[in-house]
Amino acid sequence: MLGKLTWDAIPWDQPIPLAAAASVIVTIVVVVAIIVAKGWLPTLWNEWITSVDHKRIGVMYFILGLVMLLRGFTDAIMMRSQQAIAAAGAQGYLPPEHFDQIFSAHGTIMIFFVAMPFMIGLMNFVVPLQLGIRDVAFPVLNSVGFWITAAGVLLVNISLVVGEFAKTGWLAYPPLSELAYSPGVGVDYYLWSLQISGVGTLLTGINLTTTILKMRAPGMSYSRMPIFCWTALAANLLIIAAFPILTGTFAMLLLDRYLGFHFFTNELGGNAMMYINLIWAWGHPEVYILILPAFGIFSEVISTFSGKPLFGRRSMIVATMAICMLSFLVWLHHFFTMGAGANVNGFFGVMTMIIAVPTGVKVFNWLFTLYGGSIRFGVPVYWAIGFMITFIIGGMTGVMLAAPPTDFVLHNSLFLVAHFHNVIIGGVVFGAFAGYNYWFPKAFGFTLHEGLGKASFWCWFVGFYLAFMPLYALGLMGATRRMQHYADPGWQPLMLVAFAGSVVILAGIVLTIAQLVVSIRSRENLRDATGDPWSGRTLEWSTTSPPPPWNFAVLPQVEGSDAYWEMKKRSTTQRVAEPRLQPIEMPKNTPIGFVIAFFATVTGFALVWHIWWMAILGLIGLFGAVLIHGWRVSGEVEVSIEVLAAVAGGPTAPGAEP
Amino acid sequence: MNELPHARATQDLAPGEEQGGRESLARYLTGLGFAIVLTLASFWAAQTEFVWPPSVPILLAVLAIGQMGVHLVFFLQISSAPDQTNNFLALAFGVFVVALVVFGSMIIMANLNANMMPSPMPMG
Amino acid sequence: MTTLETFTPEAMTDSKAAPISERGPARTEVVVGFGFWLFLLSDIVIFATFFAAYAVLSGNTAGGPSGAQLFDRWRVLIETACLLASSFTCGLFSMAIQRRSFAGAFLGAVVTFLLGGAFIALEVSEFARMIETGAGPTRSAFLSAFFALVGAHGLHVTLGLVWLLTMIAQIATLGFRPMVVRRLFCFSLFWHALDIVWIGVFTIVYLGAR
Repeated sequence: MLGKLTWDAIPWDQPIPLAAAASVIVTIVVVVAIIVAKGWLPTLWNEWITSVDHKRIGVMYFILGLVMLLRGFTDAIMMRSQQAIAAAGAQGYLPPEHFDQIFSAHGTIMIFFVAMPFMIGLMNFVVPLQLGIRDVAFPVLNSVGFWITAAGVLLVNISLVVGEFAKTGWLAYPPLSELAYSPGVGVDYYLWSLQISGVGTLLTGINLTTTILKMRAPGMSYSRMPIFCWTALAANLLIIAAFPILTGTFAMLLLDRYLGFHFFTNELGGNAMMYINLIWAWGHPEVYILILPAFGIFSEVISTFSGKPLFGRRSMIVATMAICMLSFLVWLHHFFTMGAGANVNGFFGVMTMIIAVPTGVKVFNWLFTLYGGSIRFGVPVYWAIGFMITFIIGGMTGVMLAAPPTDFVLHNSLFLVAHFHNVIIGGVVFGAFAGYNYWFPKAFGFTLHEGLGKASFWCWFVGFYLAFMPLYALGLMGATRRMQHYADPGWQPLMLVAFAGSVVILAGIVLTIAQLVVSIRSRENLRDATGDPWSGRTLEWSTTSPPPPWNFAVLPQVEGSDAYWEMKKRSTTQRVAEPRLQPIEMPKNTPIGFVIAFFATVTGFALVWHIWWMAILGLIGLFGAVLIHGWRVSGEVEVSIEVLAAVAGGPTAPGAEP
Repeated sequence: MNELPHARATQDLAPGEEQGGRESLARYLTGLGFAIVLTLASFWAAQTEFVWPPSVPILLAVLAIGQMGVHLVFFLQISSAPDQTNNFLALAFGVFVVALVVFGSMIIMANLNANMMPSPMPMG
Repeated sequence: MTTLETFTPEAMTDSKAAPISERGPARTEVVVGFGFWLFLLSDIVIFATFFAAYAVLSGNTAGGPSGAQLFDRWRVLIETACLLASSFTCGLFSMAIQRRSFAGAFLGAVVTFLLGGAFIALEVSEFARMIETGAGPTRSAFLSAFFALVGAHGLHVTLGLVWLLTMIAQIATLGFRPMVVRRLFCFSLFWHALDIVWIGVFTIVYLGAR
């Protein structure tokens, strides 16, 4: 009746998962109770859950990322503590089956449900504002994409309570991930959760690419588009091109597991190496999907806080698009050791080194932007400078790994682990925090507390080096990744330092939370009254903080790159004409995103546990919801001139009458 | 909408967007004709003895790509005209990725398979 | 008579002089059409993944039957004819929509549906025959790759037929309003793209099997 699902699916006999599950459930119940008791539920439903406003959706993505950061980081600190004690015969406190799930969940969550939501959230919030338009191309699809991603998150979190997670690592290589060697539900949770959220990501890719290419304010040619929008374009093109590879590859593994196909099995002609080839054909573009928006954030932050236009703007754009193309030509460097031979390895090794060049161009452009500028050391600048130092080190170790002979020694060692954390934390996470601090006032109308922001940065920065530099050394000393215990006691001191580093990062995370709480409490003191707290150069700073739902009552006429800077200069020399208001149409809110995600979760859960009737019902519900939405005849509501004028009390454009 | 005839050429168009009624039927019929010819040619090429056998795969590939082009141009109206630039560039990017995934995988897997140790027993 | 909507006044700079990239947000048809085009390209990359798997695994028959032994080219020719014809009738369908002709649109839709349905019926019967004779997807990696690739295409065609029925219902109940016309436009892009993928399938899978 319920497929493979029984009461044994709950980990009654394993204290740590049981405690974790219980605490998560209690937290959720408490939060929901508070929301209901305070009467916030109608607002939550009307203003957030059913919202199709890119600003709201962007904020929700970012919150999702922050919440999942806590779970992913808990996994991290568990791994570090386990490895700090499990030396030379000691077994630590995490049995292997549990440790394997922890490192698999850590990677899966951090990449798919922390880093991606951070970047997608920021792109969602900022891109339409920077382009001078009112929303993305497909607002309803935007909501659907977010909620489907949340459905994937929910499934991964349910796996903590009901059943198990994959023990295969975050990429689930066969044959281990095949049914014969992973007969439990863990890999199925992994696959369905990522297939479902992958659809959401693809929808975002289509949405933002269309928005950037087809909807910009009048006068904004491609060369006048802000750099963050260029990097967003490159990242979203990569999403459209690469995520389908993930979908297809996971589909093949699902066919193997559910219907007995033989794509990657050991017998009857299957070839496990094909999975690794395909998954990395996705996997490499994926890391560029993560880093390119971060590069864009740093470009914006550095130029704004230096008070100068970005140095070498055109070369930045060329470098961005070059990275976009080249990211498809390097994927074999993830499996040099799988035996493709010297010629193939050599080609991909050279291509990997070449892709470091446009990144180098970017770094020099950032440095030359800072040089000669009057730099204001706000919190985003701390993150930017921390990024430049850290990412360069990570990039250099990447170039070391790009040489196949070196990689043969270091593949799958802790050196590799240190390298990718170096670039992902130094690049993506630091970028997320820079963007968070930079654009928070625009989203909420008050800045974040600066002192706590700087403290948080220092903890992350020092903590990162403490946690990961030892791993470089350990990798060179022969330590492999994903070890539940190890024999050599000489490694333990370095493992202890790494653990200390993770505790310092924990302090950084606590300080981030503290920064948010303190800022909310003292928001009147931190109020951003002008909408332009940083003396910005791009159009988002020409709106109020927060902007009205329609962003711009009248779309701005753009006349240069750094459009807002141009407008500010013009307003001091010329009288700008009063904008002529006209009624506009805004998309209506809709519950379809939430409903689709609900049915997707039901279907995914049912498929994991082989509850076929529930899966069919879920699909029917999904189809039915889409049909009902398809007959929705009025998707827009008109906003009258009176409302536009009443809300446009803030400075919509410099020189306009207040 | 814009009635000026010359403004059409500088408008942005969606892929396959229609521009006129009478030209459409002729376009579809021409496309169908070419497609039928190319399909029959493919089927013929696959089983004929008149073509040197090692070159048949290449001939099939050419015919297939040709027919895909016929569909794109006659049915979907993708071209390199200035009002189709975005659509054409997107298609080019898609083709680039498809070629990489397919041919890249074939080359890599061939190399990997070639370097596998000989298996002691016949595969199951 | 045109399907195009008017520009919003604020979005328009001088349409004769400004390059397309500077004219402000594009018309809804262009935005929707381009977005759907991007979706189709992403779908084609999924097919590329299946094609790549097929190309790599087609020789791994594990002692079982090979493509040359299994495939019936005459059946494939008929399937191809059905799908190609349905692409043409889909074009007629699009033209009828342009003219806002209910009768023409229904006729075009029904004929397209029947031709697509014939394609699926032939394909399903081929699959059934193969499975019955022990040449199902669990027999070997080659057969897994075959069933996945051709099956994925067939699944898309089936979903397309469901979409077509839905669109017929929408035309009947909502008429040719702009939202419906945009969706019909997306449908025709989808349908033509499926025929393009089929060209790859019949060439590489069926004609390529030697």
